Amino acid sequence: MDFGPYLLLALMEGTVMAAVLALTAVGLSLVFGVMRVVNVAHGEFLMLGAVLAWFVTHYVPGPPVVGFAVALVVCPLIVGGIAALSDTLILKRLNYDPEATIVATIGLSYIFQQAALSFYGPDARPVEAPFNLRIQFPWFGYSGYKIAVVLAAIVILLAIWLLMTRTRAGLIMRATQLDRDTARAFGINVDRVYAAVFALGAGLAAIAAVLIVPIQQAHYLMGHDPLLLSFIVVIIGGLGSLRGTLLAAVVIGLSDGVISVFFSPTLAKILATLLVAMVLVFRPQGLFGAKP
Amino acid sequence: MTKLIGMTPSRRSLLKGMAAGATALALPGFVQAQSSAPIKLGFQLHRTGIGAAYGRWYERTTQAALKVLSDQGGINGRPVEVVFEDDGTDPKRGAEVVEKLASQAGCDAIFGPLFSHVVIGSAPRAGELKVPYLVCSEGYHVASGKLNRWTLQPGITDVRAQVSSMAPWVTQNLGKKVTMVFPDYAFGHDHRDYFTAAIEAQGGEVIKHIAIPPTETSFTRYMPQIPKETEVLYHVMVGPAVLTFVKELGEFYGTGDRPEIFGFIDSLEAVDIASPGLEFLEGTHFWEGHCRAKQTDASEHETFYRAAVGVDDNGASISDSKDVATYAHMFSTWETLFVLKAGMEAAGYQGIADRQKLVEAIEAMTAMPESQAHPQGAKIFNGKTHQVFGHQNISKVEGGKLMRVHQTTVEESMYESDVDYTTMSF
Repeated sequence: MDFGPYLLLALMEGTVMAAVLALTAVGLSLVFGVMRVVNVAHGEFLMLGAVLAWFVTHYVPGPPVVGFAVALVVCPLIVGGIAALSDTLILKRLNYDPEATIVATIGLSYIFQQAALSFYGPDARPVEAPFNLRIQFPWFGYSGYKIAVVLAAIVILLAIWLLMTRTRAGLIMRATQLDRDTARAFGINVDRVYAAVFALGAGLAAIAAVLIVPIQQAHYLMGHDPLLLSFIVVIIGGLGSLRGTLLAAVVIGLSDGVISVFFSPTLAKILATLLVAMVLVFRPQGLFGAKP
Repeated sequence: MTKLIGMTPSRRSLLKGMAAGATALALPGFVQAQSSAPIKLGFQLHRTGIGAAYGRWYERTTQAALKVLSDQGGINGRPVEVVFEDDGTDPKRGAEVVEKLASQAGCDAIFGPLFSHVVIGSAPRAGELKVPYLVCSEGYHVASGKLNRWTLQPGITDVRAQVSSMAPWVTQNLGKKVTMVFPDYAFGHDHRDYFTAAIEAQGGEVIKHIAIPPTETSFTRYMPQIPKETEVLYHVMVGPAVLTFVKELGEFYGTGDRPEIFGFIDSLEAVDIASPGLEFLEGTHFWEGHCRAKQTDASEHETFYRAAVGVDDNGASISDSKDVATYAHMFSTWETLFVLKAGMEAAGYQGIADRQKLVEAIEAMTAMPESQAHPQGAKIFNGKTHQVFGHQNISKVEGGKLMRVHQTTVEESMYESDVDYTTMSF
């Protein structure tokens, strides 16, 4: 293949990856930013979203697009509910102690994974895409659905940005992030904010999952890679900084796309991990994180 | 002090103990009684992990074979029990499962694992525990002499035999410039090494090797590496993402020009060929160990086997047409169980003390004619390399169905080897 089309394909693959990664990582970053909780179970929330999407699309009658639309609404809600419940039942009782919450979320991740294995089974199951459109370039074909994923991710991320900056709920979240004790002194129910933020973070992972199942299939072990990449993105962007997370997702997604296509996906992972190490050494707060 | 005195055995209890010991020593009577006890076979099953789709069907096939075998009166007139143990398709767990089945469950022999990395990780432990280990894994690691005297592969042919016997057909009918896409681990490397050599022997050339990590979930990024001048695209893929791989291949070529495509059915095992997005496979070719769709010339044994396992004419479960079987591979567990039966009966197998005799009896096997015990077809077993040889099928997708267009002879798949396990010590 010639260089031009080759690069085009690489950039398109990278954009899809960046979009999905941004959704997942923003959820992780939000939870850390507001709650100071390193959520190791984040990848499993994504997996739960994908598995639930399979159930929903499997049992909702009618054309695939109906089932998919229902899944896009229902799955984040259920996963968010599970997350809120885990927060009130477990994390709150640990007083959000950083070490304890890490261990607790590791435990949660195993519980979710084994639950999926027990109730959903070990198979990878496909979810039909809401529409089948192939864009035929002169040099290669490309899935129209993948492009739709990018657009959907942009819309959702814009909505999150509006939520955080333009609404009262966003204001309360930012206030809690800035100083939880003062926020409480002003009558904010911090417990409720934490549960909501944890649910929102998990819900974002679930949305990302519903968007990618038609490309990747739902499988009980699928949470691992997204978790790793989300951590990479969040560390580079600066824990808790949404702007940094978005930028890092685009950088990591695109570079992964280009490096994977031109060299090898393994090299892309090596370089991303190296970048994390460099950021931790030279700018521990991340590219956009505030100095502690 | 009184306590200590209390602990001293009285003369009476000492005598009682000696009597009990003497009874236990009278073992021959005990062994006599045991010979009507069930024969216990361990099945190392990929129930979870990346091999789960195979595991589901391997368990069903083995249960069906066990039922047939029990209806025939078991082995040596003794009932047979199969103990299934999940290894998570993980080499480390695999070795533990071998240990558990041999030591804890007390199995007479172990069989069933497919994934080559698991087999390579588990076989040494089977050798150490001196338990017959009958693998169903296709990898060339058995016949290469890499494993041990206790590990045999009598139920399925190996990759080297498969690819070298089919290479002539590929070069004569599809093209001579080949690009290979394969998983980057032992099983894929066997494909790479032996198909490349076989194509070169036919005057063809593999112009590009594309190795893909077995845990990969996205494949479009690898496709631009396929050179334009490729005449035949050879693909073999395993794991939960196989459907994604084939779909993305279809998206990549779209309606544009594409090379001939020759794939191993592994890339589509347990996947419905009529899935949306797979229309482009029409007219492409696949290797099949055993034809998924019932062929017009299916033998009575094949028909019997298909019904016994519960597979319909399209290769899906009778009870759920969406549950597609791993039909091209799963016959191996059925045939291996019957090889165990034949071996145990030839060896006059009594108990675990006869494990060595069992291995020797299987090593002595040669021709395995097509029968209820070998529904996939006739085979020839080579006791020296511990490897069986058989027919290979090439099928073409016609009207969304895999129809056989070529079958190799058993002899075409055989190769020279100086490996001789029978000279190795037990």
